[in-house]
Amino acid sequence: MTRYIGRRFIELAIVFIGVTFIIYAMVFTLPGDPIAALGGDRPLPENVQAQLRAEYHLDEPVWLQYLRYIGGLFTGDLGTTFDGRPVGDRMAARWPITITLALTAFAIEVVVGVILGLVSGLRNGGILDRTLLIGTILATSVPVFVLGVSAQLVFGLQLGWFPIAGAGAGWPTAYLLPATVIALFGLASVTRLMRGSVVDTLRSDFVRTLTAKGMPRRNVVGVHVMRNSVTPVLTFLAIDLGYLLGGTVVIEAIFNLPGIGALLFDAIRTHEGPTVVGVATALILIFLMTSVVVDLINSLLDPRIRHE
Amino acid sequence: MSEQLASQQAPLVTPGDRSVWTTLRKRPLFWICSAALGVLAVIAVLPGPIAGLFGQPDPRACDLSRSAQEPSPTHVFGTDLQGCDIFANVVHGTQTSLFIGLLTTILCLVIAMVLGTIAGYYGGVADRIVSRLTDVFLGFPFLLGAIVVLNSAGTRSALTVSLVLAFFSWPTLSRLVRSSVRTVRGAEYVQAASAMGLTDRRILLGHVVPNSLGPVLAIATTMVGSVIVAESTLTFLGVGLRQPSISWGLQLSTAQSYFQSDPHLLVFPSLFLTVTVLSLITLGDILRDALDPKGRS
Repeated sequence: MTRYIGRRFIELAIVFIGVTFIIYAMVFTLPGDPIAALGGDRPLPENVQAQLRAEYHLDEPVWLQYLRYIGGLFTGDLGTTFDGRPVGDRMAARWPITITLALTAFAIEVVVGVILGLVSGLRNGGILDRTLLIGTILATSVPVFVLGVSAQLVFGLQLGWFPIAGAGAGWPTAYLLPATVIALFGLASVTRLMRGSVVDTLRSDFVRTLTAKGMPRRNVVGVHVMRNSVTPVLTFLAIDLGYLLGGTVVIEAIFNLPGIGALLFDAIRTHEGPTVVGVATALILIFLMTSVVVDLINSLLDPRIRHE
Repeated sequence: MSEQLASQQAPLVTPGDRSVWTTLRKRPLFWICSAALGVLAVIAVLPGPIAGLFGQPDPRACDLSRSAQEPSPTHVFGTDLQGCDIFANVVHGTQTSLFIGLLTTILCLVIAMVLGTIAGYYGGVADRIVSRLTDVFLGFPFLLGAIVVLNSAGTRSALTVSLVLAFFSWPTLSRLVRSSVRTVRGAEYVQAASAMGLTDRRILLGHVVPNSLGPVLAIATTMVGSVIVAESTLTFLGVGLRQPSISWGLQLSTAQSYFQSDPHLLVFPSLFLTVTVLSLITLGDILRDALDPKGRS
């Protein structure tokens, strides 16, 4: 087990360094000089520009800048914006909203997805199963921002069930609609995966044995089928947490929720390079950590994985 | 009648006759999706004449005095804020979206075929390098990477957006090609070809690649759809295409601020976007099922 954890963390480190380097190199080696752009139409004096470059280490080679940046990450320093504020501080105030949104969406996805998948798998081929299957295809095909704006239009404006925008109404009122919209995409995949998994498990030998031994169907399904079907779903959910965070960018912008995603969105609009890199790096780091944690949980649930 | 008989006898014929085409032909969804995509392709190739059907061929012929009008006989989908005809814009947007979707997917296919085949066929060091590289790319949400890169790109035309999207999306296909090639590599006909002393080039191009292409093409179809979604999402966020490009994402991005007073700005671009993506993804699913009946969901 220790070897498995160790190997998993080495993989994490490789991926993390690769990803952050790609992002860093792309942002800071592309043409365009952020310092020269600071002055706008009236260029800053040469010596001021030189001082700023030295301050942000822009006069050093990219690999050194990158090492400096990675070093900073370990001390919790996510960089400084061009107007002098630490990116970490700007993010700190916004985490609660994004986390609330992502977790609400995640809860909807897990609970509804697993239940729908289980029901669908138990009624393999029935009308309910087919309807759900069509629903899942629809949910994966409609872009999340189209869903978001439509939901705003229908449930916010025409029916008036939820506030149209802003986090003012608090949890759960302000979060339910955006969370459902983000959850729909993953929900569809969870349902399909769970369904396929349940159908496969129901056909397996041990289920037949348990049924033959006279175990009540409720126990067969509730304990044994559930536990064995849920592993592939868990792996998917880990990957999906990353997409949820990515999805919050779009949804927070649409629903005007002042979270991390909205910060990224604003930074894009105002061309705040360091903030964009900082937020993206933080989100990617969370994504990588979650996937390791879920792999570990997976290996506990299914010992075969760690012996591969 | 003879057709009915033929379909009833299908299980009795030899495996070679039960081609992918026979399976596809019997599924109504396949025809619906193909028809929808066919219409969209015609629209994309001839946007001018199609937009002209309702008398407004030019998407940039705008009249500010007719801003945000509801659909009417002269403007079948209404007009947008600048007074431009929405139908003409949606029609021209089809071209942009399909162009980006296809170009990106073709670029990814080329990269994936080369790297995936090398990794899958030769294994060893090449395989390890390619596999680690795909791990890095698949290890983080694609949208975030694309946002960061596009944000710092100076010009953002359909071409640059396609390049960036391709840069981040090839690994999915590459991994698929690799595993597909690995299954084919062990096949007897490949062993036979190599025992006959054929060159690697002939074995790869003549036997390995054609036989591992099927599942890859099915996923590539789905990918065209997801690329179109990605493009419109990025454009919507403000890091994708910019004016004067015409795209569904741009139209929706503008419409979003005014959906309370003018929902029709939103409806038509969304509708086209959804139908396009839905057809592509469903078609990809059908193709995958037809190619691999075991994995049918």
